[in-house]
Amino acid sequence: MWDWKHAEAAFYEIAQAIPVTLALTFASFIFAIVFGLLLAIMRRARSRWVVWPAVGFIEFIRSTPLLVQAIFLYFALPMNPIMPIVLPTFTIGILAIGIHYSTYMAEVYRSGIDAVEKGQWEASKALNFTRLQTWTRIILPQAIPPIIPIMGNYLIVIFKETPILAAISIGEILVVAQGYGSEYFRYLEPITIVGVLFLLMSYPSSVLVRRLEKRLNRQRGYS
Amino acid sequence: MIEANREMPVEATEAKEDILADYILPVVRYRDIHKAFGDLEVLKGIDLDIAPGEKIAIIGPSGSGKTTLGRLLATLEQPTSGTIEVEGEPLWHEERKGKLVPAGEKHLHRMRKNIGMVFQHFNLFPHMTILRNVMEAPIRVLGLSKQEAREQAVEMLAKVGLEDKVDMYPAQLSGGQKQRVAIARAVVMRPKVMVFDEVTSALDPELVGEVLQVIKELALEGNMAMILITHEMDFARDVADRVIFTDGGKIVEQGPPVEVFEHPKSERLQSFLTRFRSSSS
Repeated sequence: MWDWKHAEAAFYEIAQAIPVTLALTFASFIFAIVFGLLLAIMRRARSRWVVWPAVGFIEFIRSTPLLVQAIFLYFALPMNPIMPIVLPTFTIGILAIGIHYSTYMAEVYRSGIDAVEKGQWEASKALNFTRLQTWTRIILPQAIPPIIPIMGNYLIVIFKETPILAAISIGEILVVAQGYGSEYFRYLEPITIVGVLFLLMSYPSSVLVRRLEKRLNRQRGYS
Repeated sequence: MIEANREMPVEATEAKEDILADYILPVVRYRDIHKAFGDLEVLKGIDLDIAPGEKIAIIGPSGSGKTTLGRLLATLEQPTSGTIEVEGEPLWHEERKGKLVPAGEKHLHRMRKNIGMVFQHFNLFPHMTILRNVMEAPIRVLGLSKQEAREQAVEMLAKVGLEDKVDMYPAQLSGGQKQRVAIARAVVMRPKVMVFDEVTSALDPELVGEVLQVIKELALEGNMAMILITHEMDFARDVADRVIFTDGGKIVEQGPPVEVFEHPKSERLQSFLTRFRSSSS
């Protein structure tokens, strides 16, 4: 039976872990958009010695589960004989999600970059911009605005993926809820609350993203 | 294999159709240029010298390789073999340890300072105002101050008749206006040679005149050499010092406009002009 007393107590504990979940979300999102951009640009490089590692990395990460990657970073990385790496658990969580989603972000960037006309590259070359200036002044300012809504959607996806880090016992809301459950042997209330919290946070965000998308489309209407 | 040809070939001056005196250093010199895209060879040995300030019109049927000639000079395509020299220096090759090797990005960057290009489809930067379109390269590439770049850009835009449009975005302009901005953007970099690649082909017929007028005025100003790749025969006759007729990847005939248009020697040029006149009238 649903017990409001347990619900209240569980909510109080779980709410304290919300900042952890949010911090994980934003930190790994920022990691993903920065590293994803790097991967996308590497894919466009002229030397295949740059392109191939980028493509290989993207395919490898996308073809293996995030859960496995997280557990690998947590358990296997400190034990590898070549170069044992011990990192704080929270950092590992950010790395796991950040790296995983950077490969998806790279694809998102790619769609934006491919949509920029070839003539823009040619005009940049004819005006003698350097490669770096062409990227920063000409290509990216055109490639990024159209993909901002897609990035927003990925922010929500990442947010919903953070409970996967329960597997490496990062104290985000699911772990706290499970802790409450095992302590009092009451799982119904805490886990339900976790679900409701996710719903309450991600639904308004997706509405915001959709509105942003509409506004950007309108802005681009004249350009 | 790209074969490097270091010496200025003397035999070029002996060629009958070469009207340049051999003591003028050409601003651009194509030497035995070949270009293939896969199996398709679009240029089959082009030799062409362009004198400083000379206005050259390149005419010919589509697919004759005339656009490729311009794109090779603007470093948008690399020749399969042969050399291009700009101001006496190889464009696609550079000297390293006494040897000529394929040019690196640094060399190309330095060489491009002499070269400008205006495109058929304008290729303006849609996220920048008209003024910014013209200012951006002088600031980033030439290192001008914002103030200087703005003054030069406004002056140049006034010259092409668009001083009242500086704060608009490309999408708000007509095709003819866009192309005039593109010309201003290229000219403000003060190249020694400018490629105009079919700059009126994408325009509505009633907008062609304003663009040609701007180019004509620039041509009269003088010191910039121009390569006008065009289908506008009257314009070519008006502006060009020399007309080059290309067909099948080769220069078939060249000479002063009057010669080329009134007394075409080769059969191919004759039939090209006949076809052209009948289709445009």
